[in-house]
Amino acid sequence: MTTSSATLPPAPGSRRRRRRSAPGGVRRWGPGLLLLSPSLILLAVFVYGLIAWTARLSLTDQHTAIRSGSVVGLKNYVDLFVNDINGRFTHSLKNLLIFTVVFMVGALVMGLIWALILERGLPGEGVFRAVYLFPMAVSFVASGVVWRWLMNSGTGEQAGGLNRIFHDLHLGFLENPWWTDPQWGMAAMAVPAIWQLAGYVMALFLAGFRGIPPELREAAQVDGATTYQMYRHVLFPQLTPTALSVLIILGHMSMKMFDLIMSVSGAQWITEVPAVYVWQTLLTSDYAKAAAISVVLLLLVAVVIVPYLVYNNRVERRS
Amino acid sequence: MRFSKRAAVAAAGIAVALLASACGSSGGGGQASKDVEVFTWWADGGEKAGLDGLVSQFKTDCSQYNFQNGAVSGGAGSNAKQVLASRLQQAQPPDTFQAHAGAELTDYINAGQVEDLSAQYKEWGLDSAFPKGLIDSLTVQGKIYSVPANIHRANVLWTNKTVLANAGVNEVPKTLPEFFTVLDTLKAKGVQTPLAVGKDWTQQMLFEAVLISDLGAEKFTGLWNGKTSWTGADVTQALNDYKKLLSYSNKDRDTFDWTDAEKLLMDGKAAFQLMGDWEAADLDTKGFKDYGYAVFPGNGNAYQWLADSFVLPKGAKNAEGTKCWLKTLGSAAGQKAFNTKKGSIPARTDANAADYPAYQQTAIADWKSGVPVPSCPHGSACSQGWQGAVASAQGKFSSDQDVAALQKALDAAAKQYTKK
Repeated sequence: MTTSSATLPPAPGSRRRRRRSAPGGVRRWGPGLLLLSPSLILLAVFVYGLIAWTARLSLTDQHTAIRSGSVVGLKNYVDLFVNDINGRFTHSLKNLLIFTVVFMVGALVMGLIWALILERGLPGEGVFRAVYLFPMAVSFVASGVVWRWLMNSGTGEQAGGLNRIFHDLHLGFLENPWWTDPQWGMAAMAVPAIWQLAGYVMALFLAGFRGIPPELREAAQVDGATTYQMYRHVLFPQLTPTALSVLIILGHMSMKMFDLIMSVSGAQWITEVPAVYVWQTLLTSDYAKAAAISVVLLLLVAVVIVPYLVYNNRVERRS
Repeated sequence: MRFSKRAAVAAAGIAVALLASACGSSGGGGQASKDVEVFTWWADGGEKAGLDGLVSQFKTDCSQYNFQNGAVSGGAGSNAKQVLASRLQQAQPPDTFQAHAGAELTDYINAGQVEDLSAQYKEWGLDSAFPKGLIDSLTVQGKIYSVPANIHRANVLWTNKTVLANAGVNEVPKTLPEFFTVLDTLKAKGVQTPLAVGKDWTQQMLFEAVLISDLGAEKFTGLWNGKTSWTGADVTQALNDYKKLLSYSNKDRDTFDWTDAEKLLMDGKAAFQLMGDWEAADLDTKGFKDYGYAVFPGNGNAYQWLADSFVLPKGAKNAEGTKCWLKTLGSAAGQKAFNTKKGSIPARTDANAADYPAYQQTAIADWKSGVPVPSCPHGSACSQGWQGAVASAQGKFSSDQDVAALQKALDAAAKQYTKK
């Protein structure tokens, strides 16, 4: 006791302050933590806990509903990439790649063009904004059913939907098999997704344009920049964070695309993506394989999201 | 300040309490020993009507028990199968559940989830009431685990009589070569797509019908139990025939469900469609009278069957009640009550055909004299995983027409799933 009291810094005033500060800390962050704790517990159990459970399941050989599996390491993953019949998994990844590229480029270009036009101060801008943004309010399932009719793959006399319109307008060369094309069908599948989200991209870009202080434009004009130069060197660089968020939002939506594909084509080979494959595998009660595909899908999304989160954190810390 | 802090703590406390009570409140509920919970995916339409018919029979035969409906609707049974799997895993089985008879039951049998019913088959005389081929298909290592409620036939060719008559075709072809000739005739007469086909599983059915024609009933059955090789020249031949058949079909088949293909037939845009015999009930409901039916060309007396059956799960709370349900199900009266409403035929060979509509009368006669062969897309020939693999391979073939790749995929699927 004596030694400890000897080693302590003697000033009684400071000791009292320290004693008060420790419980004071709990009092400061305690209620907040307590308030958050239900959601934290729910997240821990139902999101991160289940992710861990899925990852563990993917390492077992539980290929039926009933048997509980024993651990087989990474075999399920190797099987997916190497031994899957007809290369089904790599095929679904290829489909996802085509879909993602067409969808992201399409939505980005359309959204940017609309934003540029509206940003110039078009009369009735509010109406156009609403018109373009509105498709986003429709669920993928509802629009998918409509697009299923529009993208009917029948041609000539059997044609329906868009092909019928082309046929009746004597634009027969435009009739095409849409999503039933074995190579590029997924590009057609991206059309409804572009239609739905281009307006949202437009809104984001429009907000980005509005966030740029008008002084910058004025300065550019005073310096004698042409319109092209002003956009290229003054406005677009300011939009980089917006463009990045757009890419992340579209990217992770695209990776997880399920409902649109299910309502346009149903689950089948031509349009199969990993999310649909997981569902198909679950229906046959092959839990380990479904878990392995889910983990691969999670990693794919993480590849998109994690760098963004890291970047965001860094920016926030800097400001 | 103080108040709001206390309020915050209280709010958090309430939230935690709610969470805890939500977790704790599941389970429980009393279970009277008289209840028999029957788990199905028959929630509406003809299936529900059939189940109701069966239930009224159950109430007379087993008046000491209560029927408890455990139907889970949606997804053509896929929702129900998910629920069932989790209940079996938690050792909380229903008193009896529905499953496709045959190979689809294998998983449950291997896991020891269902009881052997061989003794009951003898006791109730079912072993002599059902045809031998069916009993063989139901038997796994000398034991029978399920009682079939009905029989559907998969390999039926439906025709539009007017379209055939207009093209001068008076007789439905009996062999595959004849079939091709007729299809050519129809095409020459301006019927662009004489054969209506839908997506994946309907293509699977068509392919199996061709396989039966080219391999015969016995070798076809062997494909599913490992006795026939998938790599043989006869399978290649069947694949080529199937590819040729697809060339007579609608190109947008992958966008069609079976009812869309049926519409092509009804509209006279197609002359033929291969589909199970639930099509008869459907065409009748839709008021289309101009249809004919025959066994698929070259199938002879092969009766490709599929059946819904019921089992006695291990650990069922009311095993005696379940047995009474199964006994009713297998009895002549029970099968009649169920099948006249559902549009299928009874599995028993002693049914009185006069009780049934026209199509079913011929089906009953064929069932008595035919050779039963199983079907993969409908669960009597292969397990669910195998079905999925075949469906995927068939879907790929529909778009790329690669015979060698399909044969390789089918062989790989067979190797992967027969060993399990």
